[in-house]
Amino acid sequence: MSEKNTVEPLLEIRGLKVGFSTQNGDVTAVNGVDLTLMPGQTLAIVGESGSGKSTTAHAIINLLPGTGKITEGSIKFNGQELTALSESELEKVRGRQIGFVPQDPMSNLNPVWSVGFQVEETIKANGVASGKKEIRAKAIEVLKQAGLADAEKRLKQFPHQFSGGMRQRVLIGIGLSANPQLLIADEPTSALDVTVQRTILDHLDELTKEKNTAVILITHDLGLAAERAEQLVVMYRGKIVEAGPSREILENPLHPYTQRLVAAAPSLASRRLSSVKKDSSVAEFDLSAVAAQRTAAVAAKETVIQVTNLCKDYTIRGGSGLKKSSFSAVKNVSFSIARGTTMALVGESGSGKSTVAKMLLGLEKPTSGDIVIDGLRVADLSAKDLFGLRRRMQPVFQDPFGSLDPLVNIFNTIAEPLVTHKVGSRAQRRDRVMELLDQVSLPRTIATRYPNELSGGQRQRVAIARALALKPDIVILDEAVSALDVLVQAQILALLHELQQELGLTYLFITHDLAVVRVIADNVCVMSKGEIVEAASTQEVFDNPREEYTKKLLEAIPGANIKLGNKS
Amino acid sequence: MANKDTHYVAPLDETPIAAVDSVSVAEKPSNLWIDAWRDMRKRPMFYISGVLIILVTLVALFPGWFTNVSPDTNCLLANSNAGPTAGHPLGFTKQGCDVYSRIIHGTSTSLSVGIVVTVMTAVLGILFGAFAGFYGGWLDSLLSRAGDIFFSIPYILAAVVIMSVFSKNRDVIVISLAIGIFAWPSTARVLRAEILRVKNSDFVMASTAIGVSRFRILWRHVLPNSIAPVIAVTTISLAAAIVAEATLSFLGVGLPPTFMSWGNDISQAQGDLRTAPQTLIWPSLALSITVLAFIMMGEVVRDALDPKARALR
Amino acid sequence: MIGYILRRILQAIPVFFGTTLLIYFMVFAMPGDPIVALFGDHGVNEAVAQQLRERYHLDQPFIVQYLIYIGGIFQGDFGTSFSGQPVADILAATFPVTLRLASIALFFEMVVGIGVGLFSGLRKGKLFDSSALVASLILISLPIFVVAFVMQLVFALNLGWARPTVSAAADWSELILPAAVLATVSIAYIIRLTRNSVIETEGMDFVRTAFGKGLSRRRVVGVHILRNSLIPVVTFLAVDFGVLLVGATVTEGIFNVPGVGRTLYQAIIRGEGPTVVSFVTVMVLIYLVVNLLTDLLYAALDPRIRYGK
Repeated sequence: MSEKNTVEPLLEIRGLKVGFSTQNGDVTAVNGVDLTLMPGQTLAIVGESGSGKSTTAHAIINLLPGTGKITEGSIKFNGQELTALSESELEKVRGRQIGFVPQDPMSNLNPVWSVGFQVEETIKANGVASGKKEIRAKAIEVLKQAGLADAEKRLKQFPHQFSGGMRQRVLIGIGLSANPQLLIADEPTSALDVTVQRTILDHLDELTKEKNTAVILITHDLGLAAERAEQLVVMYRGKIVEAGPSREILENPLHPYTQRLVAAAPSLASRRLSSVKKDSSVAEFDLSAVAAQRTAAVAAKETVIQVTNLCKDYTIRGGSGLKKSSFSAVKNVSFSIARGTTMALVGESGSGKSTVAKMLLGLEKPTSGDIVIDGLRVADLSAKDLFGLRRRMQPVFQDPFGSLDPLVNIFNTIAEPLVTHKVGSRAQRRDRVMELLDQVSLPRTIATRYPNELSGGQRQRVAIARALALKPDIVILDEAVSALDVLVQAQILALLHELQQELGLTYLFITHDLAVVRVIADNVCVMSKGEIVEAASTQEVFDNPREEYTKKLLEAIPGANIKLGNKS
Repeated sequence: MANKDTHYVAPLDETPIAAVDSVSVAEKPSNLWIDAWRDMRKRPMFYISGVLIILVTLVALFPGWFTNVSPDTNCLLANSNAGPTAGHPLGFTKQGCDVYSRIIHGTSTSLSVGIVVTVMTAVLGILFGAFAGFYGGWLDSLLSRAGDIFFSIPYILAAVVIMSVFSKNRDVIVISLAIGIFAWPSTARVLRAEILRVKNSDFVMASTAIGVSRFRILWRHVLPNSIAPVIAVTTISLAAAIVAEATLSFLGVGLPPTFMSWGNDISQAQGDLRTAPQTLIWPSLALSITVLAFIMMGEVVRDALDPKARALR
Repeated sequence: MIGYILRRILQAIPVFFGTTLLIYFMVFAMPGDPIVALFGDHGVNEAVAQQLRERYHLDQPFIVQYLIYIGGIFQGDFGTSFSGQPVADILAATFPVTLRLASIALFFEMVVGIGVGLFSGLRKGKLFDSSALVASLILISLPIFVVAFVMQLVFALNLGWARPTVSAAADWSELILPAAVLATVSIAYIIRLTRNSVIETEGMDFVRTAFGKGLSRRRVVGVHILRNSLIPVVTFLAVDFGVLLVGATVTEGIFNVPGVGRTLYQAIIRGEGPTVVSFVTVMVLIYLVVNLLTDLLYAALDPRIRYGK
């Protein structure tokens, strides 16, 4: 305690306000933020999209886009007032004293310059080394430290020749190359697969500990924030609603917004303390309640979907464009789903999970293998029977902004399946659409609106209503909640759960997020590189994973390693 | 504040929490087209070009409203290349015809060529682009290569060849065909690219999974969502067609001299640039302003329909 | 890279045969006697007509005619003009002039177009930018012969800075005025393209990251914004160079520049149909080759294509 008081804070933000001028007037994105960061400390800013967390971080080194401006407040770094600096003085702070790691590794490296060039120019600009040879040597050192073992060979390569994870390593290397005292990491791994995310964050931890670099970590993931940072700041609508030691906040969230966030975080849901206060404002987001109800359900039931030895090969054009080669996206996949249950198909990007979904939906033809739905072999079906099958099996896709035709209003969107299958009279269809809107808890007035007027969660509700229009027994959910903010995600998961109870639906739930699986699924198939590596009940997979890959996936769930003390 | 060990909570009255995902239906319904229309009406360029286009259309349809001087009878050689006089505000051509009247009566030629070419390029471009983009595969290869072939011949050159073949029976339709037959590939390319983007949308997959037929998906979902850039390109191509007609007439392979055409008048006046610049300047000005009107309208439409173009403003 | 080049060349082959076949078809497979049609209003010269019928093998089936014709092209025989001069010889004499003209025009386009466009883009929404946008819109709307006459009137006839028409020698200095005319419309397009490209690149994530790395504004603009935003501009310039080489008919005609375009112009005026066809065929070939080279240039500029899939 006494020792802490003698150390000057590294960064002190007081009353920060950031505004953007738009066509509809000025908008305040950050509204009075106070922050204190000690040297070597790691602090996480958590919030949903639009909370102002990234804007706060960008404001520190004035990387605000376009019309963004700091309108009020002070930012003191090492006793220096950053808001008073000129652009050229700020250039000396950026890189040298404050490093920056951006969010999306795909778009943050210039595609027309080699990776080596982009590392070297940073080293040169920040005066870390001079002379061609020294700069090159330093660049190799930086990349090696960031975890690129074959850095020498890869200096001349271009960003598109690197995988996402490797690019993020390059960006981390660039951010740390001048040994800054503070590193601002803006969602540094949210675009990456969980296992890659984990190794990269571990590496980042190691590097910053070693050099005693302070870190501001921006993230939407409460579990990840708590796992990686000592201090947590929760932002909501441009303001800080709660701040303090991470563990303390997770165990005892005081602000109602934080309570909602904690309740809705899938990674924490299943192991959370029951001591969290449950008032009505939290209940609608509470995923642990959803999870608790599930365990009872799985009894022996008839099989609805039987998939046997399913394979899918794609022909791809080789590098020169003249040769063709074959690529197996799905290899010998077999599973079955019982009526009224939820089966989760989990895997990282490129695992083939979405291809399986498309084959089930008849959107892709399998290369070999069988899909039997309710005793009918899909491959044998005539076009007419396939049309009939579509009444009984409906999809909900990931991207809430892409899955609704922007030029068709909500009523016609939900009515499309009814019109296509010539169900009911005009008046009956009208009634059915209204009933569906009620079922997904959307106001009936929304029917005349267009998708661009709705939020992501609302669109996903519309997509669910459309999927349910024909009263199907099977719904295929392809990453249906992955693009949503955590509170909205919790609402939609709860809705899906409710609908399943009410209508006896069978779900195939395709996701990359194991944490969500635990909340919603009865059975799990883990896919990797086109194959199912492990299949078992959810309980078994989580409590007793047999395969190495599954263990790795489980460990990589952000927040999985936080042990919450048992107070009650 | 966020000091070690302190746990800060914002006062609830300063940070009220709103309902998650509440629906606001206060504003008027909006989609791409409604928004575009609202955006267009905010821009002065829309009104300037709109008024000009309406004016040009009126002149083309009812030339008698604007002049009662005959453009090609009663021409007196005595007036050859004479300057403005009372009742003849823009002077006379080499043949002694009234320049103003010839401009008024030439308007319909330019406009009709523009419209015929535009309709033709739009129809061909949409057919080729839509089928190539949507159905893909060998049909795409076939249609795209066909487009490449037409695209590889600069269309003024192609029109020159066609017009030399049809030297005996040149009229508005022939010259429009000569221009249009080589102008459609750019429209087709724009639409094809757009359709390739749209057809991979999730909403197309969703409709397929519902069981909506392929053709209905193209017609109801894909085409309406890809047509916006075609509209902008088409407006601009109307301007280009008007220029092309004038250029061909200017080169002497356009409409025969019996047709009232700005291009013909400019062509005939070029020898007298030094002595009677008015015979050349006024029809050129009429041509340029008409073209400008359509180009401006095309710009406004593109800006309104393309969110990316809006950001560049 | 080699695969990319091969693929582009393979794609160009059917287009080459397609375009030549198309031109040939337009002229010789139309209903009626093509030879009579080609003479136009000038009345048929029977001796010449007979000669032409033999030359174009019009007694043979259409496809045979075409094959003989295309075979000739591969042997460097592009046909003969009415005056009996081989088209290849006329080309050899006139092409260098057109090349000179196009090079000067390209120079103007690069300096003025990129310069103004860059300045505009970096000052989006300011007075300079808005004026440049309005000016370029007006320039785009001006048909090239209007520009030519106005410039001829102002610079040659009124100010006397240049001669209204070009002499037979067609020196570099004489070609400045027609080249400026030729460049105007393209300059307008390049201003807009450069400007939009610069603004788009400025908004890219990697530009923000470049600032975040501690680079100076000058370096970010020069190394990151400029380099990336010039890719589409350079590609446009290359395609435009192809257009300049084949499409200068109007300008060369007005300024009497003894290039390829004027020769075509004169053949049109004199109604020499077969010569027109031969010339157009050659120009289309030049255009195809330049387009192919443009694709290769694009690949050289953008590593995503150079090393891409």
